[in-house]
Amino acid sequence: METTAFQKIYTKITQITKATCSLKAEGVGNEEIATVNGKLAQVVKIQGDTVTLQIFSGTEGIPTNAEVVFMGKAPTIKVSDELAGRFFNAYGDPIDGGPSVEGKEIEIGGPSVNPVRRQQPSELIPTGIAGIDLNNTLVTGQKIPFFADPDQPFNQVMAMVALRAKADKIILGGMGLSNDDYLFFKHIFENAGALDRIISFINTTENPPVERLLVPDMALTTAEYFAHEKHQKVLVLLTDMTLYADALSIVSNRMDQIPSKDSMPGSLYSDLAKLYEKAVQFPEGGSITIIAVATLSGGDITHAIPDNTGYITEGQLFLRRDTDIGKVIIDPFRSLSRLKQLVIGKQTREDHPQVMNAAIRLFADAANAKTKLENGFDLNDYDERTLKYAKEYSRELLAIDINIEIDAMLDTGWRLFAKYFNKSEIGIKEALVAKYWPKN
Amino acid sequence: MATKGKVTGIIANMVVIEADGPVSQNEICFIRHKGVDLMAEVIKVLGNKAFTQVFESTRGLKVGTEAEFKDHMLEVTLGPGILSKNYDGLQNDLNKMKGVFLKKGEYTEALDPDAEWDFTPIAKAGDKVEAGSWLGEVTEGWMPHKIMLPFKFEGQFIVKSVALKGKYRTKDTVAVVTDEKGKDHNVTMMQKWPVKIPIRAYKEKPRPFKIMETGVRTIDTLNPLAEGGTGFIPGPFGCGKTVLQHAVSQQAEADMIIVTACGERANEVVEIFTEFPELEDPRTGRKLMERTTIICNTSNMPVAAREASVYTGMTLAEYYRSMGLKVLLLADSTSRWAQALREMSNRMEELPGPDAFPMDLPAIISNFYSRAGSVYLNNGATGSITFLGTVSPAGGNLKEPVTESTKKAARCFYALNQERADSKRYPAIDPIDSYSKYLEYPEIQEYLKKTIAPDWVEKVTLAKDILLRGKEASEQINILGDDGVPIDYHERYWKAEVLDFVILQQDAFDKIDKSTPFERQEFMLDEVLKVYNMKYKFTSFEEINPFFKAVINIFKQMNYSEFKSEKFNNYLQQLNNKLNERKAV
Ligand SMILES: Nc1ncnc2c1ncn2[C@@H]1O[C@H](COP(=O)(O)OP(=O)(O)OP(=O)(O)O)[C@@H](O)[C@H]1O
Ligand SMILES: [Mg+2]
Repeated sequence: METTAFQKIYTKITQITKATCSLKAEGVGNEEIATVNGKLAQVVKIQGDTVTLQIFSGTEGIPTNAEVVFMGKAPTIKVSDELAGRFFNAYGDPIDGGPSVEGKEIEIGGPSVNPVRRQQPSELIPTGIAGIDLNNTLVTGQKIPFFADPDQPFNQVMAMVALRAKADKIILGGMGLSNDDYLFFKHIFENAGALDRIISFINTTENPPVERLLVPDMALTTAEYFAHEKHQKVLVLLTDMTLYADALSIVSNRMDQIPSKDSMPGSLYSDLAKLYEKAVQFPEGGSITIIAVATLSGGDITHAIPDNTGYITEGQLFLRRDTDIGKVIIDPFRSLSRLKQLVIGKQTREDHPQVMNAAIRLFADAANAKTKLENGFDLNDYDERTLKYAKEYSRELLAIDINIEIDAMLDTGWRLFAKYFNKSEIGIKEALVAKYWPKN
Repeated sequence: MATKGKVTGIIANMVVIEADGPVSQNEICFIRHKGVDLMAEVIKVLGNKAFTQVFESTRGLKVGTEAEFKDHMLEVTLGPGILSKNYDGLQNDLNKMKGVFLKKGEYTEALDPDAEWDFTPIAKAGDKVEAGSWLGEVTEGWMPHKIMLPFKFEGQFIVKSVALKGKYRTKDTVAVVTDEKGKDHNVTMMQKWPVKIPIRAYKEKPRPFKIMETGVRTIDTLNPLAEGGTGFIPGPFGCGKTVLQHAVSQQAEADMIIVTACGERANEVVEIFTEFPELEDPRTGRKLMERTTIICNTSNMPVAAREASVYTGMTLAEYYRSMGLKVLLLADSTSRWAQALREMSNRMEELPGPDAFPMDLPAIISNFYSRAGSVYLNNGATGSITFLGTVSPAGGNLKEPVTESTKKAARCFYALNQERADSKRYPAIDPIDSYSKYLEYPEIQEYLKKTIAPDWVEKVTLAKDILLRGKEASEQINILGDDGVPIDYHERYWKAEVLDFVILQQDAFDKIDKSTPFERQEFMLDEVLKVYNMKYKFTSFEEINPFFKAVINIFKQMNYSEFKSEKFNNYLQQLNNKLNERKAV
């Protein structure tokens, strides 16, 4: 960035820590950006005439006489149609060798939408995956993460969902992405011929972790531009939010804040909510849907990161390997889409809610039967049937490699009910049973 | 002259202001940032430094910026026109704000100053009045809205004159009263009150002695909430706190409902905005929005205003209670409020308590809950605030500070159970861990006997025993195996399952099942107890499971049918036939 006459320049740093440095400066605004020896920094604290800056790429090698230039503004991005198809780093600078983007300069992390100006999300996003469409239906304007251990194929599933979702723009915010995963996304989007709809902000494991903090705001501010001003359907992919939260805790620890649970900052909930709440349905048709990834450690969802995430998002999609069928499934017990009731049985067939619930209830009965078996007890006839049902349900509906229409999912559900159970065992409204129970 | 000051420090939304005169704790000040006034509240004073929490983003704020102190605390505006409004946590009317995005420092009027109200006098010249006395009445929507002597008026007053019946605007003088020193005061329909101070314009606060029907069976039947009572719903994310609160907000037997969305999702409030103007109140046939006011400070709105939002809700509730109305106040989620307190406390570098929450969290929570209750007003009328909050325990662990503090303050405990939610047994209220202290109140027991049935309390106790014994039986079956236990263990287990499926579980999204009036609850509990009391003949445990499954299935069809409709009665007949198949002679 060039310096201009309005910018204030200082050369006397009084304190340097691992992530921050402080100096005496005047007329500086809160959250203003600056460069310190060319490194991007942001004001995080002002006390009297002492200003504390957070250096995104770390303070290694910064001397006390470093040149500090204040920019007089919060971090910004230039938005225009030119963004489409491009790859950027966390600062919004191109990393694909292309020219820098011209457009309207807007501050990232801007204000929230007035709740009364929102529209209730109402448009179903079909993905072909029954674990999603049948059990955890997605809706435009929703925010939902994948919860998965690091060895699960969450990025693959996410990319698949994104490509099937018929979005006008897909914005990828990659945080701590391995170089391989970055290339994976690049290739899969290229192969799908979708590059012109995709905008990526990438921080890889090779970049300093604190830089990640800018990525979601870059992605979401860009999304707001397309959704609000251009009335487009925008899908934002954020992976991996756990690494984002880790970066938050690095900064807060270095600023001596009192950590709360799992050494996360006490403000974690608000910090994450500010991002996820950017998901919105605008009355004029534009929308921002956020699909994120929060990796777990050993499936533990009580850890502060997934826990706070779950309290913010509108459900979660839980990936796990089902050893009975040797495939990755979307776990129906721990997954949830809270917006599904806005569309199921309304935009989908009337029997959708009941089939979904009955199928999961029977799957739960199978889990009980399994426990019984593991404890060395005999199974009764019902138990045996649920176990057989569960295997087939898992293979034909829960596995992530399914790609069918929702009606076909419902028909499969009925077929499995009729194959293993009698009508009174499934607890579905009689009128629906009369209509959909397979005839032969 | 008003105290002024200059900003000397900024850490996130905590701003330190050096003041040139007296400031008081919780005083409001405005920071003049780039031509916009940002509202802030003093939360600590140290020498001439006031530590304030700013109700807005502080982006771009600089030291040296001027501030002005307002000599009052955070206040709400009270008067006709609150009903059906959508406010933010500081009582700004969200609908009056321009643009799609919230603008920093945009504050809008809570009431409509130009609205005209049909005023009817209640008091007359010569009447002795005090704060809260009813001077007149206007019709707010459908509701008789009392115009009261403002709560800030201290001591006794004599009414000098009251306006004649007619149309007046909110700020018009509708009465003149004379104080003890002979000075006259004009009274309008509008007054202000600081949210953190309880309104105490009542004579007495008796123990709750009535039940508030919520239409949710597992609450009303098993652990009823008293009118003027307090309760809370703790539960891990996704277990159904919000759905349950929304169900209660739609069906509860209250004159007015104040829904406080405190630090939760915007889409959940949008759902209310969208649906309440359409949905009908089953008791009055009016649209639900006509009895609802929404206070909405979602998780992406400024954190400090989140704390204010629950107090704003409570103060509005107290205002309407003073009119002799039954108010139901809901807050989702009080944990977000506690977290807002924690964020500020950490920024002020206070000594942290458990999980870094402020040390005085339990006191703050119990003070807040104590503002609910039934009251006898000074004129003998009754009014009530029933408060139901949710708690979002970190990691779903009920031993965390917010849950524990709330447990000490609230009288009903509706614990949501993850396993129940996982197996879609909604509402996921754990029937065994949850409780209502009100069931132990003799006056409540009396009330239940009188209004529902003389033996109702015994039936409820029996229902709880059935559930407990069913749970014990199921544990034994799990340890010893299906054929390792006597056959009546299976029977016991399945009888509890019948109660669970028929009474406890309730589909919040089904038109009919979602709300059950007490009459129907009584009928259904009786039917379930009949099933329980009947003697059956089973020769092996394998016969038990399919039999009771079929029984449950018929019961569920009943729950989905209009009460006592032909369909309903047919299912009842089917049920009896089914039961007779296995009846022991
Ligand atoms: N009574 C019910 N009937 C049917 N479904 C329900 C019921 N209660 C909850 N659910 C399901 O559970 C989902 C989550 O419920 P809800 O949003 O109330 O959870 P919550 O406890 O408020 O979670 P959070 O703490 O994250 O806000 C709902 O979207 C719905 O799918
Ligand atoms: Mg909720």
